[in-house]
Amino acid sequence: MPTTNGLDAGLVPGATDAELYDWLADMVLIRVFEETADGLALRGRIPGGMHPAIGQEAVAVGIARALRADDVVAGTHRSHHHALAKQLPPAAVLAELYGKATGTNGGRGGSMHLADFDLGLWGTNGIVGAGLGIALGAALGASVRCTDQVAVGLFGDGGANTGRVWEFVNLAAIWRLPLIVACENNLYAVETASKSVTGGNSIAERAAAFGMPAQQVDGQDIVEVHRAVRAAADRARAGDGPTFLEFLTYRYKGHNSGEVIRYRTEDEVTQWRTSRDPVERFSALLTNSGVLTPEDLTRIADDARAVVDAAVAFAEESPWPDPSTAAENVSAWSNRDGSVR
Amino acid sequence: MSSATEPRPKAVATYSTAFQEGMREEMDRDPTVFVLGTDIYDRGGHFSQVKGLGERFGHERIRDTPISEAAMVASGVGAALNGTRPVVDLNFLDFAFGAMDELVNQAAKIRYMWGRPVPLVVRATAGVAQGGAQHNNSLQAWLMNTPGLAVVFPSRPWDVKGLIKSALRGSDPVVFMMHKLLTGARGPVGGPDELVPIGSARIARPGSDVTVITYGYGVVVADDAATALAGEGIQVEVIDLRTLAPLDVTTLVEAVKRTGRALVLDEAPALSGPAAEIATTLSDHAFWYLDQPVVRLTAAHSPIPHSPPLVDGLLPNVGQVIDAVRRLALARGPSQSSVS
Repeated sequence: MPTTNGLDAGLVPGATDAELYDWLADMVLIRVFEETADGLALRGRIPGGMHPAIGQEAVAVGIARALRADDVVAGTHRSHHHALAKQLPPAAVLAELYGKATGTNGGRGGSMHLADFDLGLWGTNGIVGAGLGIALGAALGASVRCTDQVAVGLFGDGGANTGRVWEFVNLAAIWRLPLIVACENNLYAVETASKSVTGGNSIAERAAAFGMPAQQVDGQDIVEVHRAVRAAADRARAGDGPTFLEFLTYRYKGHNSGEVIRYRTEDEVTQWRTSRDPVERFSALLTNSGVLTPEDLTRIADDARAVVDAAVAFAEESPWPDPSTAAENVSAWSNRDGSVR
Repeated sequence: MSSATEPRPKAVATYSTAFQEGMREEMDRDPTVFVLGTDIYDRGGHFSQVKGLGERFGHERIRDTPISEAAMVASGVGAALNGTRPVVDLNFLDFAFGAMDELVNQAAKIRYMWGRPVPLVVRATAGVAQGGAQHNNSLQAWLMNTPGLAVVFPSRPWDVKGLIKSALRGSDPVVFMMHKLLTGARGPVGGPDELVPIGSARIARPGSDVTVITYGYGVVVADDAATALAGEGIQVEVIDLRTLAPLDVTTLVEAVKRTGRALVLDEAPALSGPAAEIATTLSDHAFWYLDQPVVRLTAAHSPIPHSPPLVDGLLPNVGQVIDAVRRLALARGPSQSSVS
């Protein structure tokens, strides 16, 4: 592997070849993890199922790699990719999906509620639009404490039709908070085509009306995602306020594992998979530019497979949490008196 | 915890200025405390609850917001997770409906799901008074029924100040309710480090015959009734809950052990309301000390109307408390004491 950035013309400013290798490795890991977890969900191993993010890998890794370690990401109901991009251990994430004691949150969170505050994942969130609110508040906290942290709040095209998202956007705009408002537009809110329920020309255009920079970004191109997020983070850190990024992306699977899809054609899925797949595109970019060799690609795939296989074994073999602890750590207020029976 | 242990009063304030004083002292003490809400910088809130703090602490710490309750509470939750202690002032508790997800699904659950405390205070004026159906909701039971939230509802300046200090030195979300009708009520307040613990009721008035358990403006009603009944030789004990969640079960049980007769006075509706929880708690923990069934005296199961006679028609009043306590005090044998 060459030791300098093989991409010329500043395609990925500041990223070393080793880092680009890691970006691709993260994307491949997410792909293998999600395909595996989706299969496990169909076999009933994941209580409550899950929302696979296959196809949306570039958004997650592009965001995570454009941030500092103390920056904040708050996700959605479909956010395994963000958790893994933020370096939550795959074995602990899968164990959390299983509901095991060794999960990232001891089995109290689950697929839609993953968090590791030390790694900057301030929760994925089961309520549409809510993660953006947590990120908004994190940005407010950073502003009040005068840190130069940046927060990224994620939601989908479905969330863009909730009222709260625009309350959040407005507050971030008037207070010039260090927030990146990140919409993952994967075209469908569960089974509803977003274009059929979304007024105006685009979600980004709505945001621009609040007086903040707002743009659409090709979410299947990690270089573009990274560039946009890095620029938005620089703006935020400079005190110039929030930026709205609408990532155009696509989920290959249904809304949830096992969903029978009647609302889009197989042709449409094939089109996205064959012409715009984020993993294929970045692999091609890196090999064509000489950053990676075909052997590197093989190693990345093999490593991802091994990590995910180990994660499955870990999740399967991990113990269940102790039921007698189920009502612990609800509130320090109620734990201190005799009112809990 | 009884009133006998309270230090000598040092100063007199109103219910509202007691809150302002508590906030001012805590904001002086802790630079991470800040307030956000509508109309708070100049006006000091709709009840003057933070009057004057804008000038003292500036726009960064007394933050005027748009009328965006979801954004107010959400930003409070996230800021609380990021090393600050926000006080979100909703002015009226009724406006919490616009932020119910942020309060119930986010603030209340984050410690449990993710192991991170959320030191957030949501203050709101509550209770039944004028203003009609949409400004007089009793959300106490909704919020008591939400694991992860503490709910306080003081009845006098001393507790307002002491409880806001406890809330701002704790680690978990507190919904801080203040009764409209008590806004101008005067009374002593404690000093900068005199805290009232969350989860502690107080004996507002000692008495040996019947215990009236209540909170907020109910304490005033109960005390008036108790004064009248004292003339008949009936000694009424009044318990001011101060905190609705978590309930101070110990103080309630000890009271019933003393008197054997309890009436719960509440301006919220009876169905699944705070009074139901208190009555059940006494049944669970003090059944064998009860001489008569616990009596509930509550509002009717109705929205709150506009016209004053209609409001009076569905709220428990002093006369009804007197009647109910008298019957309870005199009851013998199998109960005929069921009221309302």
